[in-house]
Amino acid sequence: MSTNFTNQTTASPAAPASTTAGYVMTPDSQTLSVLVENKPGVLTRVSALFSRRGYNISSLAVGPTEHPEISRITVVVDVDQRRLEQITKQLNKLVNVLKIVQLDARQTVQRELILIKVTADNATRTSVLEIVQMFRAKVVDAAADSVTIEATGTQDKLSALLGMLESFGVREIVKSGAVAIGRGGRAITDRSLLS
Amino acid sequence: MNGQQMTGAQALVESLKHAGAEVVFGLPGGCILPTYDPLMDAEDIRHILVRHEQGAGHAASGYAHATGKVGVCLATSGPGATNLITAIADAQMDSIPLVAITGQVGSQFIGTDAFQEADIVGMTMPVTKHNFLVSDADEIPKVIKQAFHIASTGRPGAVLVDVTKDAQQGMMQFVWPEGLDLPGYRPDPRPHSKQIREAISLLLEAKRPVFLLGGGVLRGRASQEVGELIDLSGAPFVTTLMARGALPDSHPSHLGMPGMHGTVSAVSALQRSDLIVNIGARFDDRVTGVLESFAPSAKVVHADIDPAEISKNRDADVPIVGQAADVARALTAELRERLSVEDPRDYQAWWSTLTMLRENYPLGWTETEDGFTAPQKVISRIGAISGPESIFVAGVGQHQMWSSQFIQYEEPCSWINSGGLGTMGYSVPAAMGAKVGRPDKVVWSIDGDGCFQMTNQELATCVINDIPIKVAIINNSSLGMVRQWQNLFYDKRYSNTDLNTGHGTRRVPDFVKLADAYGAVGLRCERDEDIDATIAQAMEINDRPVIVDFTVSADAMVWPMVPSGVSNDEIQIAQGMSPEWERDI
Repeated sequence: MSTNFTNQTTASPAAPASTTAGYVMTPDSQTLSVLVENKPGVLTRVSALFSRRGYNISSLAVGPTEHPEISRITVVVDVDQRRLEQITKQLNKLVNVLKIVQLDARQTVQRELILIKVTADNATRTSVLEIVQMFRAKVVDAAADSVTIEATGTQDKLSALLGMLESFGVREIVKSGAVAIGRGGRAITDRSLLS
Repeated sequence: MNGQQMTGAQALVESLKHAGAEVVFGLPGGCILPTYDPLMDAEDIRHILVRHEQGAGHAASGYAHATGKVGVCLATSGPGATNLITAIADAQMDSIPLVAITGQVGSQFIGTDAFQEADIVGMTMPVTKHNFLVSDADEIPKVIKQAFHIASTGRPGAVLVDVTKDAQQGMMQFVWPEGLDLPGYRPDPRPHSKQIREAISLLLEAKRPVFLLGGGVLRGRASQEVGELIDLSGAPFVTTLMARGALPDSHPSHLGMPGMHGTVSAVSALQRSDLIVNIGARFDDRVTGVLESFAPSAKVVHADIDPAEISKNRDADVPIVGQAADVARALTAELRERLSVEDPRDYQAWWSTLTMLRENYPLGWTETEDGFTAPQKVISRIGAISGPESIFVAGVGQHQMWSSQFIQYEEPCSWINSGGLGTMGYSVPAAMGAKVGRPDKVVWSIDGDGCFQMTNQELATCVINDIPIKVAIINNSSLGMVRQWQNLFYDKRYSNTDLNTGHGTRRVPDFVKLADAYGAVGLRCERDEDIDATIAQAMEINDRPVIVDFTVSADAMVWPMVPSGVSNDEIQIAQGMSPEWERDI
């Protein structure tokens, strides 16, 4: 199985789309990389803008970039092109927003991280571990009657993994928002954004 | 001053001077006390002590409206700051340049629910263009410079600066920064020449074009440039509530105000047009009615300084992002050049339709049936007697619509009102601010009896600070616009709209006595035959505020009206009366 999962590929032929993880990637899912000044309250400004304008966020992740003054927010929204344009324009009006890039799913590597606590006793552990291996996931903790699995990948891959594990008894999951980066050598962050 | 050691509070006052603030409306309290101390000695800054912080905010907005400068208001933390929120939201909705400065509890107390602590930055985030929390004295000059720049450039708006008490008390070395350090803020886009060409191509193809002028023409001070464009094109234009006076009402191509209470000619012109050239208007729901049925056969050229307004409500065929004056100049130049090659325009049939609509459906009112004065008549006489050189400031409701309809506006910024937020109580403090900014002008607050009671305490501010505004209370003894809707849509069940201030009531309060109590002049006018004389009397009083209680009929309604939730084609010229389209068109 290739590691290059994208929105266009289905993760596993065996797994039907699962909604266990909260949402399903639809053809309307759009990923925006929003570069912002690393200042207090900026995340609030961005997320509050979404809520007050009535735009639903599918996922949001924020973190530092290679420039300490710039943070990067990855937002996945489930909207049509017209709405996306309006969102982009409204985001651009925020004084602390430096740049917004709409990532083309075909030219983007997109990943989420999931931790899954699944029931696994002596009878089922081997089967669970087989699935872990199949999805190139990792066991990060184990107890007598459970294992905790760490996996990264696209939404589709993680949904497929969850689908496979469901019958064993998923006790708890925690999942990050998606982060995404364009393929190829070009970078969208640049110190000149701050001048 | 550069390089001098001073407190953050002194730096704040110094920064206000550097930013060009001449007037500050405010009210002190614990967390802003450090700043009020040096403010006392600041001779270049006139501080006007208001009686309620909301009044400070609206006064700053009225000042900005009337002068084009940034309005400044100042308040303390907690309730002082939260009292500003309505005025901040109001200014932001109407794109008025406003800087609000608030004190905040000491930074070590933030987050502890300290006395008079409120997260005003969090609260005003959705209603400001930008806001700042300053907890370091050194930051004050830079932030004040940024705040004034953001408030006044691009699409103007409200900016709040929250300054902690320790930042005001801390020592710093004053430096007025050279640059701005706002890497994410690019306020001055230039209109794209390709879009200009396409817009003119559509204009030359159109048979039924209309220019839709919005508040952006006034905020962008583009009246002259837009006027030249309209004169050259020969097409009709309409002015939205926020654009009244952008071009003279007497201009032969003017069709009036569009929208829910617009003229039949303006509303119908948009509905029937094949091209709308929108400059600085935002296709607000009060203008479009049901969006899907608005101007169904029109193509749209939409010019705005704010790209987010374009295709937000109505899709634009040609988007133009830029300052109204730049856009109008570019469109005029392109139109002139194209016309010199070929002139395909033929608006004759269009103008004959519009002329007929204008003649058949002029604005007017029916005589009242209860024997009381028609409020429209009072307002129209104030406009006529005081004249187009005056500034008219309305509250919100029926009197606001009538003031827009029945006063002839000939000059930019002679009409001030709360359009977007629709804030009752706006008029008295905003008129006060306008008069402070333009002391040479006669400033009329045209207010309702409901609105007036929300903010009339600023009469004290006016009396004490020699701000001689004239207030006309259009007193129908009720919340008139709400009553009108109850009459039309709620089976005449007048739930909680009677205010007991007018004819045959206990008159609580008695506005004439109230004026007297404030040391202003109070006049009352109850009969048609006294209207002109009373207005003339008010015009004579220029050393004090004068309040005229015009008691009028409660049954008068604002017409024309497009009821909420229907197409603009359903415009009614009076109750149950629609224009006879088949006959007329």
